[in-house]
Amino acid sequence: MELTCITCPKGCTLTIELKEGKILSIQGNGCPRGIQYAENEILHPVRMVTSTIQVIHGIHDRCPVMTSKPVAKEKIFEVMKEIHSLKVEAPVFVRDVFIHDVAQSGADLIATRSVQLESSFSNEKK
Amino acid sequence: MKDVVIIGAGIIGCFLAYDLSKYDLKIAVVEKNMDVASGATKANSAIVHSGHDPKDGTLKALLNVRGSRMYEQICKDLNCHYEKIGAYVLACGAEEEDTLLQLAKQAENRNIPFEVHTHQEIVSREQNISDEVTKGLWLPSTAIITPWEVSCVLMDNAIERGTELHLNTEVTSIEKMNHGYRIVTSKGEMMSKVVINCAGVHADEVTAMVNPHPGFTITARRGEYFVLDHLKDPVVSIILFPVPSSKGKGVLLVPTIHHNLLLGPTSDPIDEKENVDSTKEGLAEVREKMHKLIKNVPMNQVVRTFSGNRPSGSTHDFVLEEDDLNPGFLICGAIESPGIASAPAISEYMIEHFVSKRLQLLNKNNLPALVLRQRLLSEMSDTERNDKISKDSRYGKIVCRCEQISEGEIVEAIHRNTPVLTLGAVKRRLRPGMGRCQGGFCEPLVLKILARELKLSLNEIVLEEAGSNVLLEKR
Amino acid sequence: MKTVDLVIVGAGAGGLSAALAAWNAGIRDILILEKENDTGGILNQCIHTGFGLHTFKEELSGPEYAERCAMMLKDTDVNIQCGTMVLSMTKDKILTCSSAEHGLEKIQARAVVFASGCRERSRGAIQIPGSRCAGILTAGTAQRYLNIDGWMCGKRVLILGSGDIGLIMARRMTLEGAKVVAVAELMPYSNGLPRNIKQCLDDFGIPLYLSHTITQIEGKHRVSAAVLSQVDEHLQPIKNTEKRFEVDAVLLSVGLIPENTILEEAGALIHPKTRGPVVDEQCMTSLDGVFACGNSLHVHDLVDFVYAEGQRCGQGAAAYLTQSLKQEKCVQVGAAGNVSYVLPQILHFCDAKLFFRVKTPMKNCAVVLKSGTKELKKMKKISLLPSVMEEITVTKELLEQCEDDLTLEVTSWN
Repeated sequence: MELTCITCPKGCTLTIELKEGKILSIQGNGCPRGIQYAENEILHPVRMVTSTIQVIHGIHDRCPVMTSKPVAKEKIFEVMKEIHSLKVEAPVFVRDVFIHDVAQSGADLIATRSVQLESSFSNEKK
Repeated sequence: MKDVVIIGAGIIGCFLAYDLSKYDLKIAVVEKNMDVASGATKANSAIVHSGHDPKDGTLKALLNVRGSRMYEQICKDLNCHYEKIGAYVLACGAEEEDTLLQLAKQAENRNIPFEVHTHQEIVSREQNISDEVTKGLWLPSTAIITPWEVSCVLMDNAIERGTELHLNTEVTSIEKMNHGYRIVTSKGEMMSKVVINCAGVHADEVTAMVNPHPGFTITARRGEYFVLDHLKDPVVSIILFPVPSSKGKGVLLVPTIHHNLLLGPTSDPIDEKENVDSTKEGLAEVREKMHKLIKNVPMNQVVRTFSGNRPSGSTHDFVLEEDDLNPGFLICGAIESPGIASAPAISEYMIEHFVSKRLQLLNKNNLPALVLRQRLLSEMSDTERNDKISKDSRYGKIVCRCEQISEGEIVEAIHRNTPVLTLGAVKRRLRPGMGRCQGGFCEPLVLKILARELKLSLNEIVLEEAGSNVLLEKR
Repeated sequence: MKTVDLVIVGAGAGGLSAALAAWNAGIRDILILEKENDTGGILNQCIHTGFGLHTFKEELSGPEYAERCAMMLKDTDVNIQCGTMVLSMTKDKILTCSSAEHGLEKIQARAVVFASGCRERSRGAIQIPGSRCAGILTAGTAQRYLNIDGWMCGKRVLILGSGDIGLIMARRMTLEGAKVVAVAELMPYSNGLPRNIKQCLDDFGIPLYLSHTITQIEGKHRVSAAVLSQVDEHLQPIKNTEKRFEVDAVLLSVGLIPENTILEEAGALIHPKTRGPVVDEQCMTSLDGVFACGNSLHVHDLVDFVYAEGQRCGQGAAAYLTQSLKQEKCVQVGAAGNVSYVLPQILHFCDAKLFFRVKTPMKNCAVVLKSGTKELKKMKKISLLPSVMEEITVTKELLEQCEDDLTLEVTSWN
């Protein structure tokens, strides 16, 4: 079978030889991560999940988030559900962890952008 | 009890409101759309024709010639854009030349300046003229304006002088009473001594509310256009017409006030009066027909297509009258081309012939100073501009990159007399979204400013009419 | 008037990278002008991951990539002025800009880098017939509404164009609960990266209709339906192939155009194919001391390439300012065969990289660099796609053999 590797933008076409659900050979990968990808994709496909969450009192209304590592494909919408119910207060720092083991996926939900406190609120605090 | 209720805030309704509000009258304007100038007035060729074209003896001929002579001063008074760039009617071959010479004769009879030029003379002025063109009728008094800009400023003044404007208010029925009319709208009722029907493509239906046999019908004629971006080397600097046919003035090329180029229109009667869809066939027709007049048009610079519906009357002339059965019910119907050019004269004609017969027209005491068109930063000196920014820093924040419009200017436009309730209205006041990105960058910013100033949620902001919301659901 | 050695227009990946490179090359008086209130440019709304494998050896989201770029300038004295829109520039490099904080300002620059990004082709440019109601947005605008403002512009969506933004938005809208009914692409191949077809469409069962376009949009105030038709080999719709989809939004991902109105108005030569300025290997435009990089020069597929180009551009601008820019002999480089464009279009005799894109997908092809009719270099490529930018290196020695202007050609390998 053929797979498009999604590890990097190069998108190598991987040719995989399968027998009774077992991988005999993988070809076409431009780097070792292609092997890892093909193995995952056949045995237990995983994906990164990214979205945004609501931020209160920040200079931006939304903070982008991602899973700290790829999560099982079937968990994607469960992760999204948890993301939707989340609301955080500014300030946020890039890589802040919002949820540990989000939707029991084994990955954490982390901020991918810093969001400063809006100046009117930071003044109040002073 | 109102003295006058004007139905429809297109350019005719706006001129009437402007002119009548000089008198001591109680006036209301009722408009079914969310903005003034949002029917035929917003989608046409934006030309003040010289008046050479309409047939002798028609109201079109009379009022176009008169209107064309009134515009320059009106625009000057209100600081509206007006440029007398001139126009050519172009003939290809002997048969068309005959028609052209008849038009020249008509121009002469009406004291309209004109010259007849040979192909060579035309090419020496406009190098992209098609090789097929043999003769041209040069009409130097032809001008361009921005019809919705003029309409808005007229309405700003009418409101300044006490006129009520009811937007998003549709007239559903009209009843003749003992001393006037009861006008029932989607937002309530009002009484008025005089009603002026300026309802554009719906003028026949509105007349039918008081007279089951209106004596005229209106067909919507769809006209489709292309709009080209501002070009470094403009294709033409003047207006080009083909010689007219039975279907109208044909496909034109019109440079606009803001240095775009309009190509169009088609002229197709359609059943749904409000349907302003673009069609593949219509746009193909414009592409094909323009080649008769011009070459080297960079069609890869098209930024937009649009279409507008002109109210075409069964009598082939403007219908300007008092209804037979209903004294005080006045009709401005079938205002198709040259409607824009005739608009100030139509208003003058209606007041002189009909309104003055029904109402006593006394000049208002203490008429407020004229409200002028909003002055843009781009028209100011650097010092003036910095002065403006130092008073309100939002004038420094540029929101629209293509047309270089600031947040301050948008806020100012929103709070002028004529309400700005929609993204389309902001666009017609200041042009953010009319540039090459077509709002890709500025629309989210304008939408936020509009929501903030109108104290609405982002998903309540509409593009044009109720129901045209841009955003649906908050995450 | 304020004078500055190097003014950079735009604080996205290209501008920030150019600033760092110029700083590292010894330029100390650098001012970046950014229209938004924050650095990062379009990266801030590209919240998906996949950025930075080359530059940072990590897979980052767009905003994090942007933050890293900005962090790298933290220990420099590069001055970043946000909320400032550049309105115009003269040939002599006097920039006029406007901001709430400083008002209208004129700045005399000794060198200028344009890193002002690109804009999306709009509906008008492709002339889709039908209603002009609400609910028709470019994919990037929809992305901004969703990722920056937190608002959905549709619940049932049809996407026209299979460029990467269109594909990314198909997944994004799906994750947020919308139903993406289809993605349609005019060409017989996708213009997006293969991995985005896989992870944005295939993963969610979103059909991709190749050789299809929208032939009608219905709706009074908001979109109610869109009609797709198959197109023939001349890209013309074929009758009786119409498929009608009831949708409330149509997103357009039909191409990006470098944004360089100011450069063009200042008199820089614009290349008809890239729609960015004509440049040499240092990214200098036809205006002396005026440089361009990133998506305002040509549209890139990867931000890492923008970053790398920003570096070359920043170094070029620094060399210009320190008068070490060599202005010796040069040749022009043109595209032939299946090459859609090649960049730079001007080469001085030095080691350089040529970047190019093909017009149509091709397998087993020869990339040939010629000087007149003389073959200078030939390489074999297994597969070339229009969506993937390719490069070929040239050396000073190689260029010295050339007597005529250069052409880069892609033909089938014999």
